[in-house]
Amino acid sequence: MNKILEKRQLSEEVFRMKIEAPLIARERKPGQFVIIQKDTNYGERIPLTIADADPDEGSITIIFQTVGKTTHEMALSNVGDSFENVLGPLGQPTHIEKVGTVVCVGGGIGVAPLHPIAQAMKAAGNHVIIIMGARNRELIIMENEMKAIADELVVCTDDGSYGRKALVTEPLKEYCESSNPAMAVAIGPPIMMKFCAETTRPYGVKTIVSLNTIMVDGTGMCGGCRVTVGGETKFVCVDGPEFDGHLVDFDNMMLRLGAFKEREQEDHHQCHLDMEIAKKKRGALR
Amino acid sequence: LAIPCQDMPSQEPSVRIHNMAEVAVGYSGEQARVEASRCLQCKNAPCVKGCPVSIDIPRFIKAAEEGRFGDSLAVIRESSLLPSICGRVCPQESQCQEHCTVGKSLKDVNRAVSIGRIERFVADYERAKGTKNIPQVAPSTGKKVAIIGSGPAGITAAADIRKAGHDVTVFEAFHKPGGVLVYGIPEFRLPKSIVEEEIHTLEEMGVDIEPNFLVGRTRKLKDLIDKDGFDAVFIGSGAGLPKFMHIEGENLVGVLSANEYLTRSNLMKAYDPEHAATPTYKSRRVAVLGGGNVAMDAARTAIRLGAEKVYIVYRRTEVEMPARVEEVGHAKEEGVEFLLLRNPKRILGDEKGRVRALEVLSYELGEPDESGRRRPVPIEGSESILDVDTVIVSIGNDSNPLLKQTTEGLETNKWGNIIADEDGKTSMDRVYAGGDIVLGAATVILAMGQGRKAAAAINRMLAEDV
Ligand SMILES: Cc1cc2nc3c(=O)[nH]c(=O)nc-3n(C[C@H](O)[C@H](O)[C@H](O)COP(=O)(O)OP(=O)(O)OC[C@H]3O[C@@H](n4cnc5c(N)ncnc54)[C@H](O)[C@@H]3O)c2cc1C
Ligand SMILES: Cc1cc2nc3c(=O)[nH]c(=O)nc-3n(C[C@H](O)[C@H](O)[C@H](O)COP(=O)(O)OP(=O)(O)OC[C@H]3O[C@@H](n4cnc5c(N)ncnc54)[C@H](O)[C@@H]3O)c2cc1C
Ligand code: SF4
Ligand code: SF4
Ligand code: FES
Repeated sequence: MNKILEKRQLSEEVFRMKIEAPLIARERKPGQFVIIQKDTNYGERIPLTIADADPDEGSITIIFQTVGKTTHEMALSNVGDSFENVLGPLGQPTHIEKVGTVVCVGGGIGVAPLHPIAQAMKAAGNHVIIIMGARNRELIIMENEMKAIADELVVCTDDGSYGRKALVTEPLKEYCESSNPAMAVAIGPPIMMKFCAETTRPYGVKTIVSLNTIMVDGTGMCGGCRVTVGGETKFVCVDGPEFDGHLVDFDNMMLRLGAFKEREQEDHHQCHLDMEIAKKKRGALR
Repeated sequence: LAIPCQDMPSQEPSVRIHNMAEVAVGYSGEQARVEASRCLQCKNAPCVKGCPVSIDIPRFIKAAEEGRFGDSLAVIRESSLLPSICGRVCPQESQCQEHCTVGKSLKDVNRAVSIGRIERFVADYERAKGTKNIPQVAPSTGKKVAIIGSGPAGITAAADIRKAGHDVTVFEAFHKPGGVLVYGIPEFRLPKSIVEEEIHTLEEMGVDIEPNFLVGRTRKLKDLIDKDGFDAVFIGSGAGLPKFMHIEGENLVGVLSANEYLTRSNLMKAYDPEHAATPTYKSRRVAVLGGGNVAMDAARTAIRLGAEKVYIVYRRTEVEMPARVEEVGHAKEEGVEFLLLRNPKRILGDEKGRVRALEVLSYELGEPDESGRRRPVPIEGSESILDVDTVIVSIGNDSNPLLKQTTEGLETNKWGNIIADEDGKTSMDRVYAGGDIVLGAATVILAMGQGRKAAAAINRMLAEDV
């Protein structure tokens, strides 16, 4: 049983939770993730990045966006409740090394998994430039945490409601031209990672992306998470989640993410209703 | 020899394709006794040699014939820990029943004494009566043994080691213990409640089961010994790495490994969309690639999940099919169509990247190969198109490389199987292995047999320790 120790809502759709998981907290490294299942009998197993961990307290922190049934149900859980199953740490840790200048690009919820990596890159002695973007001001998360790490920080929004009005690829391109980065790390929606990789390609800047494919077991048993990287099939849960963005077949990956769309849309509709009811209840209590 | 072979009462095909309940209902007591009376009680008992764990078959059958079902089960339990499971899923026709004198005299292995069905009956009978069979546990030795994986190999090893009085912890990656018995083999062939009961028995013996624990990631194997104080480790991690064909279109939407398809349906209960959050892939026309038990399970699951047409595409002929005869028969009754001597060439997609069709090439049988089986050779220009929206790849499993990758000094062969000697001892001190991770994808009873052997060796080693 993994008890929820803290819960905070970071934006309309994004939640941060600290959960009890002493074994995972002890072993985890930046870049790794867990699989969470809320209920043993009927719950879905979903992968979430370990955003932070406290081995002394025996806790890990996850940050998630409510996109479908399971994430909505998790958002409705409160401090003191438990997630029945948490498996991890999974995946290969990020390879952290001093390389010079590293541009870290986070899109939307991708800022959360980016945070521990940026932190480790900084600790390894790199010059860390952080670009974070979101659709609008409401969806910007963890700006202060990122500010604390970054040597240079750029915040942008698609609609210009906060920071610079731009897609993250714009400042990324400028840095590629001006700062001769040794490496880029891009985490966010697949389409954003795809275009980040396209942006850095002409400059020959090695670009690491963290893929968020659909998973079941997270141990290499089902092959549901497979992607094509450099013409070869890889399993994101054991070979990844990080890969060389210049080699990933993003178009195929995006199609595969839609494999269960019909069912998800049905569920999602129901979730929104549930969330609304929960909100109203909270309102009535106040 | 005049007594007719007792048929297995089963759900009608037209009924069972709409439910997940067990197909074979099981013998009545009367049928079990009649079937048992067909046994000739051969002195040399050739059947016993066919059973990987050498159950004293004539003796248990004799007891069953006399209606002493409890005694009968006790005989089986001397050698096998999981009779209600093996009685259901053993490929009897190529094990115990293959050698049966009755089958040989009638020149038909399918008319041999139904050893498995009788075994299943006595186990079920005692279970239904609520007879508890908690094995005796010796006084505590204070020694600790870690078991990696809770499939048949791990379950068996855990029980035998616990009986010797050692503390046993079973580490399982999934949220539920049981291995392939819970995530792979469907409910309609092996009710999950039976597996749950076996696991429960282990718990009652004092075995500690830790789900959500992936050895290699949650904790390194070496740390279990060096830091956590385990005196021995048994690896029963199975062969969970799905093989793919490496053909064009394999990563299209709608191409799934049988492992994924079956796990979604069985372990995650996607067949019950009212309750389960995990979706299954919506299919109308399905091609299952392969001819083993796994392929039959996937095909029959697809039928139950509402597919209109399900094909098995297999490279050789029915004779070479590794699936159990009973499974092939059941699949046919349920409307699965077998396309034999056919091999997939590529998978075609539509503009949305979803499977639209499968191109298959026809084969004919050529000269025998090293294994003595006639090798299928492709017929030039015989390509044809199969209109399907789902392709389930079911051509076998390799070993999961995680433990090897995270454990220095653990030796494997070129297929990734852990190298172990007769006793299951690996290249590492105090580390044993058995089941599919050693044998490659094999059977429940072989995994169980290896678990027993390794447990005996571990018990001997720990007894010599001071
Ligand atoms: C390694 C990894 C790390 C991730 N880290 C984070 C994170 O830190 N924060 C975060 O908000 N999200 C993260 N994700 C994505 C997250 O797993 C999905 O948002 C979540 O599974 C959606 O579940 P749902 O039931 O709420 O939505 P659904 O309605 O089921 O699906 C919404 C969308 O999520 C994706 N999805 C659905 N089921 C799964 C599944 N079992 N596994 C993966 N994706 C699925 C699909 O693309 C789908 O279209 C990560 C994914 C991976 C693979
Ligand atoms: C669909 C299907 C149908 C089958 N039908 C039959 C049949 O009819 N008859 C028959 O005899 N055989 C059948 N088999 C084969 C049989 O199930 C296997 O041979 C048998 O289960 C192997 O047992 P095992 O204990 O070695 O491994 P498994 O049953 O595979 O169990 C291994 C367990 O270890 C866990 N694990 C793996 N790695 C780790 C780790 N690092 N840390 C912690 N846990 C880990 C896995 O999650 C799994 O639960 C079938 C197999 C499949 C897939
Ligand atoms: S365990 Fe399997 S092989 Fe042995 S007697 Fe029973 S059914 Fe036959
Ligand atoms: S070989 Fe057949 S007939 Fe002979 S003892 Fe075994 S089960 Fe009975
Ligand atoms: S999630 Fe099943 S193999 Fe990666």
